[in-house]
Amino acid sequence: MKKLTEEENGGRAVRLQVRDLGKVFGEGDQSVTALRDVNLEIRESEFVMIVGPSGCGKTTLINIIGGLEKQTSGEVLLDGKPISGAGADRGMVFQGYSLFPWLTVQKNVEFGLKMKGIPAPHRESAAKKYIRLVGLDGFENALPKQLSGGMKQRVAIARTLANEPEILLMDEPFGALDAQTRVVMQELLANIRRKTNTTILFITHDIDEAVLLGDRVYVMSRRPGSVRAVLDVELPGERSHNSLVLPEFLRIKKQIMDMLWQESNDAAMDR
Amino acid sequence: MGSGKSKKMVKSMQYKMLSLICFVLIIVFWCIASYGHLVQEVFLPSPTAVISKLLSMAKDGSLWANCRESIARVMIGWIWSVIVALPMGMLMANSKRFSAFVQPIIEFARYLPVVALVPLTLLYLGIEETQKYTIIFLGTFFQLVLMVADTVSNVDANMINAAKTLGAKRFQIYKEVIFPAALPGLIDDFRLTIGWAWTYLVVAEMVAASNGLGFMILRSQRYLATDTIFAGLIMIGLIGLVTDWIFRIISRIAAPWQERLGDSR
Ligand SMILES: Nc1ncnc2c1ncn2[C@@H]1O[C@H](COP(=O)(O)OP(=O)(O)O)[C@@H](O)[C@H]1O
Ligand SMILES: [Mg+2]
Repeated sequence: MKKLTEEENGGRAVRLQVRDLGKVFGEGDQSVTALRDVNLEIRESEFVMIVGPSGCGKTTLINIIGGLEKQTSGEVLLDGKPISGAGADRGMVFQGYSLFPWLTVQKNVEFGLKMKGIPAPHRESAAKKYIRLVGLDGFENALPKQLSGGMKQRVAIARTLANEPEILLMDEPFGALDAQTRVVMQELLANIRRKTNTTILFITHDIDEAVLLGDRVYVMSRRPGSVRAVLDVELPGERSHNSLVLPEFLRIKKQIMDMLWQESNDAAMDR
Repeated sequence: MGSGKSKKMVKSMQYKMLSLICFVLIIVFWCIASYGHLVQEVFLPSPTAVISKLLSMAKDGSLWANCRESIARVMIGWIWSVIVALPMGMLMANSKRFSAFVQPIIEFARYLPVVALVPLTLLYLGIEETQKYTIIFLGTFFQLVLMVADTVSNVDANMINAAKTLGAKRFQIYKEVIFPAALPGLIDDFRLTIGWAWTYLVVAEMVAASNGLGFMILRSQRYLATDTIFAGLIMIGLIGLVTDWIFRIISRIAAPWQERLGDSR
């Protein structure tokens, strides 16, 4: 990959770098190559999307970045240093929420701070701030089982943000939500990003979601997954559900659709 | 919502009624068989005989003494089993190496009939109380450790991953995630094993005991004192019911966050 100059990347530092990443599951005849030579770069405060057909290795990729799985080749650099294992510097939000059902909303959001050994009063006020940010004030003492899917995902987002990670990794976080709730959550996330300037890597198989939220979209090929194209998204005005009908939006959406269509077409030909 | 709640109350009342009816039916059949002289008194004592026996044993204090001995034996043997099985099971669930190391011997020991181990325990430990605790320990431990390992390994891996990315270290994951997540399942495992502990209590009191409910029952057989046998069985059953009930309350207090069957309806 060619090196970007300071000017080209808007003067912002590269936060996360993925270099020639490969992942093979299993050995011998049974082995599955999930990723091959994946290269990505995410700069500070960028909102980067990854779209790809299902099964192309998106979850595998984000799990490696998050330190939950080990790559077979290549490296992941955070602020120039190779990562080792999972850590609070890379916060993750999963499709399945993964809240702790025995903890209240407040305690769930405090969890990471408690792990760091931050004293209770500080934890409480920090958690309150992020609960407000995701629009859940008043639900501090509710248990996860009392919340809807969208609300659970708000808690998960607040819980991760409270840790103030270097980068927020999201794996199809709104995939399990109904269409209306998903749009609300997308706007909420765009808003949070504007307020907090968090660097975000977001995985989806929903093209609308990718174009609506991303500054940049990586399109992945079918398995073994690698980067097929990178598209910059520039839309006028603030991102909201209104952006979904802008001509620029539709142009980029069409481009991605064509690529993914071709991928699935080729996949069908392979068989 | 309000009507849903009261509907649930009605349902739960219905279930309680059904349980009660079952007990009442059994007692009715008992009365018919015994007062109707369908079964000889030696084989089936009458309810009145059993109740008067219970009352007389309660009065002379022997009932309470025997209950106390038996409960103490069950509790001590079982608690030892929990103390050892809990950390071992947790370790087994989380370390393939440790599991490979201990699993075969546990599977082996699990199939050994405890009764067959009694002679050895007598040889090694004599007729002291320790021998009784050991029997109960041997009867429950090998099952419990596998149950604990299974319950713990069923903790949602996504939750553990979430904890890792929130910065939790290995010990913190055990303490703050795996243990609380597994707790309701563990309480259930404990509840089941304490039931088995009572089975092994009778094994332990069959030989070389001079008190306890199991001893009381066994000695009565020699004198054909079926009323005492029934009284003993009823006591063990009642203690079992109370134990179960206590565990249910503990579970409700320790894990009020659990989504119970019927909650979402
Ligand atoms: N633990 C694993 N062992 C073997 N194969 C796996 C494992 N995890 C994922 N895979 C395979 O790797 C490929 C990519 O999976 P995944 O990363 O979940 O895709 P995506 O998230 O894009 O749908 C799939 O073919 C899947 O079957
Ligand atoms: Mg996936």
